[in-house]
Amino acid sequence: MNFGLSEEQRLLDASVRRFLAERLPPARVRELRDEKDPCDAAAWQELAALGVVGCLVPEAYGGAGLGVLDAAVIATALGHGAAPLPFLSSSVLAPLLLDALGSQGQQESWLPRLASGAARVAVAASERVERRQDAGVRAVDGRLSGLALFVPDAVGAAACLVASGDDLWLVPADARGLELSPLPTIDATRRLAELRFTDVAAERIGPAGGAGPALDRALDVARVVLAADLLGCADRALELAVAYAGQRRQFERPIASFQAVKHLCAEMAAALEPARALVWYAAHSFDALPQEAPLLAALAKAHLAEVGTFVLRTATEVHGGIGFTDACDLHFWFHRAALDRQLLGGPEKLRARAAELQGWAGERSG
Amino acid sequence: MDLSYGPEYEAFRAELRAFLEANRARAPKAGFGEMLLVDPALAAWQQLLIEHGYAARTVPKEYGGGGFAPDPLIATILSEEFRSQGVPSGVSGQGPDMLVPTLLEHGSEAQKRRYVPPTVRGELIWCQGYSEPGAGSDLASLTTAGRVEGETLVVNGQKIWTSTAHAAQMMFALVRTEPEGKKHAGLSYVLIPMDTAGIEVRPLRTLTGHAEFNEVFFTDVCVPLANLVGKRGEGWKIANTTLRHERDMLGSAGTSESLFHALVKTLREERVDGRRAIDDPVLRDRLAALQARTVAMRCHAMRLLTARVRGESAGVAGLVTKLNGCQLNHELAGLAIDGMGETGALYRGAARARDGGRWLFHWMFQLGMIIGGGTAQIQKNIIAERGLGMPREPSASAARSEPKANGVPTA
Repeated sequence: MNFGLSEEQRLLDASVRRFLAERLPPARVRELRDEKDPCDAAAWQELAALGVVGCLVPEAYGGAGLGVLDAAVIATALGHGAAPLPFLSSSVLAPLLLDALGSQGQQESWLPRLASGAARVAVAASERVERRQDAGVRAVDGRLSGLALFVPDAVGAAACLVASGDDLWLVPADARGLELSPLPTIDATRRLAELRFTDVAAERIGPAGGAGPALDRALDVARVVLAADLLGCADRALELAVAYAGQRRQFERPIASFQAVKHLCAEMAAALEPARALVWYAAHSFDALPQEAPLLAALAKAHLAEVGTFVLRTATEVHGGIGFTDACDLHFWFHRAALDRQLLGGPEKLRARAAELQGWAGERSG
Repeated sequence: MDLSYGPEYEAFRAELRAFLEANRARAPKAGFGEMLLVDPALAAWQQLLIEHGYAARTVPKEYGGGGFAPDPLIATILSEEFRSQGVPSGVSGQGPDMLVPTLLEHGSEAQKRRYVPPTVRGELIWCQGYSEPGAGSDLASLTTAGRVEGETLVVNGQKIWTSTAHAAQMMFALVRTEPEGKKHAGLSYVLIPMDTAGIEVRPLRTLTGHAEFNEVFFTDVCVPLANLVGKRGEGWKIANTTLRHERDMLGSAGTSESLFHALVKTLREERVDGRRAIDDPVLRDRLAALQARTVAMRCHAMRLLTARVRGESAGVAGLVTKLNGCQLNHELAGLAIDGMGETGALYRGAARARDGGRWLFHWMFQLGMIIGGGTAQIQKNIIAERGLGMPREPSASAARSEPKANGVPTA
């Protein structure tokens, strides 16, 4: 019985945190928030050299060949640092899809560049999570038309993987007929865009009509990665709240000595620790218990969205008025967690999915 | 991450399963509210379990146990298998779970020989005399007096929340023997026979409608001074070694899992408006939210077990089990009641009540568990102070000398 992180995973966590503290501290995040593309290209390359960017790329293609739990460890550290980096798309979704569906030539072309940080690839798959009347991409004779919404990290990407039903396509960022429009969110550390396709030539990835299972698995892994990011955001918020409460004096004593404040911090810690174990277990399940992984991914992301929302709101309250200002860094995590909560399904959507996966709804009673 | 227990432990589990399969007919039936009732019929079952090393496993052989070294993985396998087979895991309660470890650590040789063997056999039933009407969260302020007269301790005062006092032959209690001593240093740990003249036990009916607890009154109760465990004035330190055991018992993941599975069954079976409760998407949403927390508590338990096996501190994670677990159990029962609609309000005596109103009992009883064994608010103080390193609230006496410190701003 060894439930928890290995020595290697603890070292990985520590090295990513140290890197972020040195290279992307809050002051640097603050500078980058006004950039069209907030990804610090040099920092991304350095993280690639550490094996972080290519964590899920097989070693044969220059990656680290790590597992989903390792990716979750990294995501927690990135959330803790509010790192403005395209990890979700270029390190999680794109490598998983190319590894599962790409031809040898496609893998040789893209996976080494993803692992080295030389190229970033966005993934447009929102319609697989939530369908909207005015959105969706159709493919006719290898040419794409339509609208893909809520594409993370599209700005700065060299190409985009586009889901259309159970098909997956690859489109270079500079393809004729592809138009990118930013979708502003409250998160200063990652960018969303919508992509409009007008008769755009595309390259098929994987068998015709056969990309569904790989897309579902990649989205489930991404949900665990978002849950891990939420965990990191909440960890940081609690640390900031405890530190602030220790310094801030009112009524001639540190506010940390008031039970009203202490209990808020205790509630955050009490919510976070079992949630941490759930994130680890859900991430571990992709390698150890794959049949349980979709359910655990849905439960973990739904739960971390609730815990993250609670912790970020509560940590802001512990800060009092200063926590409501832009000058206080806390909002970077508040905003980031709020985007994480909505991406790839909010809590209600994911709990409905969990219920469906277990056959709770609509079964015949005996 | 490796969730397997390894071959030697799986062999132990297989043996235990085979034993339970072959002997389950000899086990007494686990009843409603079983953890509160004393059942002498358990004794024969307990004897069989002790012989096989499945009960009192870590109690030394000379005191009637199995003499095995403590092993958290074995303890977890035992609790998992008895629970999943629905078979009582032998004698439990405050005697075997709290007094025995205390005596083994702090008791005299004579005390260990006299009290441990019959306690682990289930023949000697104990109750715990700690809380008092005026000493709950601030337990060390207790005032029940133990006046030393020669070789006798004369006890006067009152205890409350004394489960099993009506059935117990013995009480382990904290009494104030050093009235001049400091708050904590004035307490002693003493073993009191319940048939001593001057003890009156009154059942304490609670909001569940049952009397799960008692009040115990002491009027000039004479106890031999030899019944002190440890030295005079060391009672607080001695009691604290076992209060930890109590906190770990409350809010266990196994209880939440059992309640969750029963809840899914209830929501599948209960029919209102021609459909099952689980067909209601709002109830289903609440169910999935509670499932996530239940799975999280199971994972949390595996994390803490790993820390125990390695002999490491789990840090703040080790302090949050009771607060989370009891709250979760209360909400699991609450959802079952809501899923039953008006049927959910039926309790004991109602023919239409499901299982005699079992879910209402759990719902109310778990509220008691949120309060008992250290209230939720005390748990939060512990988490904040010991887990997060936040400062203690200045004591009331310090606050009085600095009137502004606790002051309310008057705008």
